Amino acid sequence: MSEAAVPGAPKVTASLGQIFGAFLLIGATSFGGGVVAYLRSSLVTKHNWLTDVEFLELMSISNTLPGLNATNMSILAGDRLGGWLGAVLAVVAICLPGFLFMVAAAVAYGHKGDNPLVTAALKGVAAAAVGLIGATWYQLGKKSIRDYFDMVIIGLAVLAIVQFKLSVPETLLGVGALSIIHHRPGFIKKKETTHEWISSLR
Amino acid sequence: MDQLAALAEVFAYLSLLTIGGGMAAFPEMKTLVVDVHQWLTYPQLIHLYSVGQMAPGPNMMVVASFGQKVAGFPGAIVATLAFFVPTGILTYVVGLVWEKLANWPWRQSIQYGLAPVAVGLAVAGTISLGKAAVTGWITAAVAVVIFVATLETKLNPALLILAGAVVGVALLRG
Repeated sequence: MSEAAVPGAPKVTASLGQIFGAFLLIGATSFGGGVVAYLRSSLVTKHNWLTDVEFLELMSISNTLPGLNATNMSILAGDRLGGWLGAVLAVVAICLPGFLFMVAAAVAYGHKGDNPLVTAALKGVAAAAVGLIGATWYQLGKKSIRDYFDMVIIGLAVLAIVQFKLSVPETLLGVGALSIIHHRPGFIKKKETTHEWISSLR
Repeated sequence: MDQLAALAEVFAYLSLLTIGGGMAAFPEMKTLVVDVHQWLTYPQLIHLYSVGQMAPGPNMMVVASFGQKVAGFPGAIVATLAFFVPTGILTYVVGLVWEKLANWPWRQSIQYGLAPVAVGLAVAGTISLGKAAVTGWITAAVAVVIFVATLETKLNPALLILAGAVVGVALLRG
């Protein structure tokens, strides 16, 4: 895919060691989510490995496919910089610190999970997580709503899962298909500009 | 060995549901991990999932802790690989052909059409988590305060989660 990069953009490559190091640093420092903003600041601002336009292009692929944005982005950017091996190293590096963190958390939880103080702390953590995740999706939701029908779609998807206990694939087949048909070619109302999207990251 | 195979199957399936992010898979994760396989109790799942919000990196590394609880370190490796490899390969392959799809008009329709569905799936996941985590007025107050603080301040979210832990220790014992 490196050959098919955005026209006019210089083809940038990085050594496998540089790729691994950069993604490991992101994986170790991006506490509290919002990894995409860390990716942009490293890949675009710090290393000049991608332009904002290329980053946005890779982001739109990451958003549309299943899988987490952060790992999908790592695979696509890693591939662009160092081929398939770059992709593998990038995704391993970004996951490694969080992986070790959560393995340690599970071990500690096995020892201390029924301690009343730990249980009390975790109750508070869980409530805080609800607020944090809710706020994150409130912000993302505001950005991705293009018209009133999109709000209806959000409501239908919530009802399908919460009220009617449908699975995600069933919801995608029904509500997802309806939404894609609504946005069928020729009915797209608002084109997102790179500028708008990038300012939304800050 | 059976446990490892089951972990691989469950987390590979769940990974394909993460349209727009990990939260979309939350309700089915609860069903499979708690109800079907009984690997964890629901409170255990909620606890680890919430701690996972503090971990650095991609926000579903919690799957490693589930694997660790079920089958030790090999379980952590298997659950993590199962969760990231199938979607990783899909992304890699689509990345290779994406440029060729640039002029396919339905590409943008799919992109725009899936965006609100992804939001709805995440809201549904947050509601499931909220039903389990918000159990009284103190936890409700914590959730609301953190919601507002996330929107209105530039504080690091990991610090906000830690603040939740402090409130828990102070007010939610017993």
